[in-house]
Amino acid sequence: MTTVAAPPSTTTEPEETPPSRRRKRWLGEHPLGLLLSTPYLLFIGLIFAYPIVFSVWMSFQDYFFAAPGAVVERPFVGFDNYVAIVQDPAVWRSFGNVGIFLLINVPLTVGLSLLLATALDRVVHARTFFRVSYYVPYVTASVAVVAVWLFLFSQNGLVNQLLGPLEPEPSWLVNSALAMPTIALFVTWKGLGFYILLYLAALQNVGKELYESASVDGAGAVRKFFSVTVPGVRPATVLVFLLATITGANLFTEPYLLTGGGGPNGASTSPVLLMYQKGIEQGNPDVASALGVILIIFVLIISWVQYRFLGGRES
Amino acid sequence: MTRLGTITRYVLLALGAVAFLFPFYYMIVGSLQTAPDTTLAGAFPDPANITGENYVNINERVNLFQGLANSGIFTGGVLLGTVIFGTIAGYALSVLKWRGRGATLVLVLLVQVVPFQLLMIPLYVMIARDYGLSDSYLGMILPFLINSTAVLIFRQYFLQLPKELFDAARIDGAGEFRILWSVALPLVRPALLTAVLLTFIGPWNEFLWPFLITKEAALQPLAVSLANFISNVAASTSNPFGAMMAGAVVLAGPAVALFIIFQRYFVSNDLGSGVKG
Repeated sequence: MTTVAAPPSTTTEPEETPPSRRRKRWLGEHPLGLLLSTPYLLFIGLIFAYPIVFSVWMSFQDYFFAAPGAVVERPFVGFDNYVAIVQDPAVWRSFGNVGIFLLINVPLTVGLSLLLATALDRVVHARTFFRVSYYVPYVTASVAVVAVWLFLFSQNGLVNQLLGPLEPEPSWLVNSALAMPTIALFVTWKGLGFYILLYLAALQNVGKELYESASVDGAGAVRKFFSVTVPGVRPATVLVFLLATITGANLFTEPYLLTGGGGPNGASTSPVLLMYQKGIEQGNPDVASALGVILIIFVLIISWVQYRFLGGRES
Repeated sequence: MTRLGTITRYVLLALGAVAFLFPFYYMIVGSLQTAPDTTLAGAFPDPANITGENYVNINERVNLFQGLANSGIFTGGVLLGTVIFGTIAGYALSVLKWRGRGATLVLVLLVQVVPFQLLMIPLYVMIARDYGLSDSYLGMILPFLINSTAVLIFRQYFLQLPKELFDAARIDGAGEFRILWSVALPLVRPALLTAVLLTFIGPWNEFLWPFLITKEAALQPLAVSLANFISNVAASTSNPFGAMMAGAVVLAGPAVALFIIFQRYFVSNDLGSGVKG
């Protein structure tokens, strides 16, 4: 474009004088893009990049809270904070709790959401009603639905009333063997609608001709489900695994509220809940940061393993 | 499809729907009971046991109106930042060609993998301790000001617009700002609504961050004040579960109502683009 036509465009479409051409070669065809992305890039720097670096730095210092602006010495302490974390049995317990969480959450989520999505996929009537009802827990605040679950699973709650003599003793959320599974059940229930929609989208990509040829080969509904549907939606399943791991690593609200801040003997304490207790309640942000760094490494390793072994190659 | 298969499908879906909706139904019934009735009969409201008293009780402990207003301000601030900065970043990442665009796109995807909870300690130290922004709306909003998922959604919608449209506008001499404002934005208006709805539930339901940085009850979003009520105060109320349910209905109400009204905008494609990039 050699001529500049409309007046409002003069600032963004400068005449092709040599300096502007040089700038274009430097910044690309539309340097404005950089300007428009600047707020986002600043935000990433301030809210993600800097805190991550700060957190790693803090985990190697003796860092404590001081009044804003006060000059205090925060000496380098090497791996002391990490040693404190590794020697703390509560930390091991919290990682074990995430393990229990994942063992219950992942199979239930994959199984139920795939089953319900497959059922919903070919349904003609009341489709919207089902979609809406499955998605409602997902859009509701955790705090609000936690209140109902506390009511349902309390000592004299409806669940125990229905179970009658089968009710667990001690009750669900104060039972050290059942507290974490109950939390896992809650999180599964709350998030399932999201995964159902995810699988519904994935099912659109499974070729109809595969089902037809399976029918020709005499496969029944169950056989088709396992031989065509399940492999067909594998990329979505990989995603469910990854998202479940991240959810497990992020668990805070549910153990904090459902089991009164960590349950009987820390049976439902999560790593993030420990970070909150150590960092903010007990004023040791350095130890909490070290725990955060370990948690990030843990999540990255698990994600990488899942990606590797569940066949991320398709996606 | 066989008849039997169809029946099985519907039975399965109906069972699922009951499991998903029953707690909400039970929440409303529980919020209206004078005394908690946890037997199965309690799930069917008895007119003699119906009262609005729980709503009055919870409102005495937790200022519901103030809580809703705080949630509204927090959510509104986040949405404003998301829409303004998200649109221009999405536009820059889809329509404009500039050095660093690829790297920025990678960054948007990367940021989505970083769980926010892992940043809570350094962000708390920075925002609450160093900048002194605890107990302020700005401190609440800042970490959520731009939503990376929304940037990707905006980018996705701008990418769907035909390239010729932009070329034509450029030949007519329109500047990039003008193209963004008068050509691109009007065409993606439905997308804006979708993005707003998808990002609305995030700050409205957010608990951990405002919980960390608001100690003053007058500034707490409803999720935080209700959570504090559940964990500290409820036991001292005459009908603790009734009051909790009443608070839960008030907190859940706006998000659920908006979702039901606008449910057709919550399409699986957008969720896919949100999580898959």
